[in-house]
Amino acid sequence: MADAKPRLDLDDIGDVTVATFIDKKILDEANINEVGKQLFALIDEDGRRKIVLDFSVVEYLSSAALGKLITMDKKAKGAKSKLRLCCIKPDIYEVFEITRLNKIFDIKPTLEEAVKGF
Amino acid sequence: MNPKHNHFEVVIPSDYESGQAVVEQIMLDVAECGFSSRDLFGVRLAVDEAVTNAIKHGNRLSPDKTVRVLFSRNQSRIRIEVEDQGAGFHPEDVPDPTADENLDRPSGRGLLLMREFMTLIEYSPKGNQVVLEKHFSS
Repeated sequence: MADAKPRLDLDDIGDVTVATFIDKKILDEANINEVGKQLFALIDEDGRRKIVLDFSVVEYLSSAALGKLITMDKKAKGAKSKLRLCCIKPDIYEVFEITRLNKIFDIKPTLEEAVKGF
Repeated sequence: MNPKHNHFEVVIPSDYESGQAVVEQIMLDVAECGFSSRDLFGVRLAVDEAVTNAIKHGNRLSPDKTVRVLFSRNQSRIRIEVEDQGAGFHPEDVPDPTADENLDRPSGRGLLLMREFMTLIEYSPKGNQVVLEKHFSS
């Protein structure tokens, strides 16, 4: 879709790309598919090697969004890129704990910690 | 506690926009039931998963099929029924997404989240209808 809204706000801190989610809710499938496309492009098209996903504004995310993050993590590993997640609100972090995805993602509490020592 | 409705039923087409609209409609009532913010988060997630599953996996986005959603509330609980017109499934056939070998699978977590955040979850024998309950005391 040519008119797809940006779902990520991109910023570079040194050689680290910080991708901040724009939407509070990453729930509906159309939104999730677009988020997925824009996330995957960071690796597939832009070849970024160190990526931090900043969840500070995200209040909800569904299991389909978790699926996109898992695919993103696999892509990152396959491309020898590094992916970190940060600033996840407690309710959403609980979802990561319930699903045990906190075991496979590199999650930091703050942006500073996520960017440091990549 | 002063919810707007005690009971409503809607039939929606199998598209995500209609699904989100009914989730919002349900949450307007649920927001006034006195749940904690953690429980509100969990109910929204569970209802969203149930409605999305019905649209996506049940009806496979077919424009010829609809999803029936029923919300009710009494003094002890809220109850949401979601029924699709698909072939159904057996929840016991869904692999445990928390098993080490399944951790990196991109799908299969919706059921787990519904179970975790709701007091009760029951599928019909055919597997095309799910009942979710959240009790006020839990």
